[in-house]
Amino acid sequence: MAACSVEELLAKAEQEEAEKLRSITVHKELDLDFDVGSLLACDKNRIESRDFRGQKKEDFLRALARDNTQLLINEIWKLQTERVEEAIVAKLPEPSTRLPREKAPLKPRPPTKWEQFAKLKGIQKKKKTNLVWDDTAKEWRRRWGYKRAKDNTKEWLIEVPETADSNEDQFSKRTRAKKERVAKNELNRLRNIARAQKVKSPGVGLLPKAQQSRDELAQAVSVARTSTASAGRFQDRLAKEKAPRNSGKRRKFEPLIGDFSSERQKQLELLKVLDSRRPKLDITKAVNAQMRQEDREEAAAKHGRKGGKGRAGRGGKMAGRRGKRGKAEGGRGGGKKRGKPGKR
Amino acid sequence: MTQLDGIVKPKTRRSKRFMESRAPKLTEDVKRAMIMKGGNTSQIVTEALKDIYSLKKPDAVLYKKKNIARPFEDSTSLEFFSKKTDCSLFLFGSHNKKRPNNLIFGRMFDFHVLDMIELGIEKYVSLSEIKNSKCPEGTKPMLVFAGEAFDTDNEYKRLKSLLIDFFRGPNVSAVRLAGLEHVLHFTALEGKVYLRSYRCLLKKSGCRTPRIELEEIGPSFDLVMRRTHLASDDLYKLAHKQPKALKPKKKKNISHDAFGTTFGRVHMQKQDLSKLQTRKMKGLRKRKGDVVAEGDGQEPKVAKVEK
Repeated sequence: MAACSVEELLAKAEQEEAEKLRSITVHKELDLDFDVGSLLACDKNRIESRDFRGQKKEDFLRALARDNTQLLINEIWKLQTERVEEAIVAKLPEPSTRLPREKAPLKPRPPTKWEQFAKLKGIQKKKKTNLVWDDTAKEWRRRWGYKRAKDNTKEWLIEVPETADSNEDQFSKRTRAKKERVAKNELNRLRNIARAQKVKSPGVGLLPKAQQSRDELAQAVSVARTSTASAGRFQDRLAKEKAPRNSGKRRKFEPLIGDFSSERQKQLELLKVLDSRRPKLDITKAVNAQMRQEDREEAAAKHGRKGGKGRAGRGGKMAGRRGKRGKAEGGRGGGKKRGKPGKR
Repeated sequence: MTQLDGIVKPKTRRSKRFMESRAPKLTEDVKRAMIMKGGNTSQIVTEALKDIYSLKKPDAVLYKKKNIARPFEDSTSLEFFSKKTDCSLFLFGSHNKKRPNNLIFGRMFDFHVLDMIELGIEKYVSLSEIKNSKCPEGTKPMLVFAGEAFDTDNEYKRLKSLLIDFFRGPNVSAVRLAGLEHVLHFTALEGKVYLRSYRCLLKKSGCRTPRIELEEIGPSFDLVMRRTHLASDDLYKLAHKQPKALKPKKKKNISHDAFGTTFGRVHMQKQDLSKLQTRKMKGLRKRKGDVVAEGDGQEPKVAKVEK
């Protein structure tokens, strides 16, 4: 008796369960593919065209959508849930559909020169504290930055070391040294970046670009010419190519112990000039400059009559030249006073 | 600095953050889409573009002006726009006599076109025509694909992947159960693709899982596939390559047996067992005269001397 009733009870329970689940079960021939991580469901079942071609297209589609969505929701409800601020939240797994990336994956940055050296030597990075005790201010100050512990820019007194020249400005020396260090650091940083990006920056020369300017091309030609074993001295030139000017040493220095008599002469002349109290002036140069100026003015006047606009720049330049002319005139006047007649 | 063209070093914090957001990352953010019009567009196309923009907000930009470009012939201007706005998906709408009501869905890899699929709109019902309450902007939609074509035909497979990419939304770790409102249903049937957008109402059922009722909101499209420009297989594979750091690290030296016990393996160096440090038992210590009088056993009194 008891056994019968137990069986009956079980059967009843099963029936009730089935009733409950009927509202959410959907019968499909093939199971759907789910990717719960991206809330995706794929139905591979065949869709009967007969059902579809009837008048009720939208209803058919809606019923199909309802069934598929029900299955997807069933899957989502199987996941683990937790309560986050009065909302029940289901934790989603990682999405399983593989989709192409947006950009290529980043290659790891190659180590810098220092990093390579440190690895070679086995030098570890030591973590430094942010704050350092400052004895003069008797408080904790930053290691670097605004109001730092040992700020040598705020010093009002710098001792001149014994080895240094007593007339040298130590403050400007300090700032210059700092600037050099900063520039060197910046150069090394950029070189590290260039090495990382594999941008070949030549020591002398140009980078390949789409459009080279005329100066850059000329520079490239000169660099190419001089990069031979004999530094371009025996390099043939093209028919119309001009010989390069300004090559060779820019300054010439006399040997230290050379011609004693010429050295003596030079020193005596220098003393004479210092003695004379009159301004040193080359009359011929001044007069030539004046003549050039006058020629230019004439030409400008002619062009001015022809061209009108755009000579304002010329006018500006003329104003500059006028200053020089004034000087030359003064020189000429002075020369006249001295009695040497200039060229007319 | 002139020697390092093409490398822009940021001078401010803000520009540095901007450069970092544009740089390639390990796990990428949601893909952004740019929606643009071609040289000539019809009313249907402009409304369709607006509706898709509202579906994809806020990860989309809608351009108002017309762009005279032909994506299938020359995609350089599209690539330029994508680089400028950092969008890897695009939707180009146009209309001409030969291809009326045309939509080109496309995606980029590394700012070069990966896939482009041209779809023609046969029937269209816009958002404004269906007078219902809509889902809030930015809800992550559930995507359902129905039809065998999405698994058998190569072009349809790519289209499916492209549509998933387009409409998926950001990758989230958890989702609020009450907030699963939006469903996009794609059906491939008889050479056409039907896109319907529904709002899902969770009704009480007898058990914990609710019963779903759908209400149509949103745009509905009847699309037909026209031209395609699909990426070659190796480019496609290259685009899927994941960086090594994302692969889950294998845990070594840990094993489980059938009962659920976890075993670990510890590797030791070779030990000299004679110098092993153990507990000192005074009684077991070696005594002075032990070796000599092995068999006798009368030493304890003598042993007490040593300490």
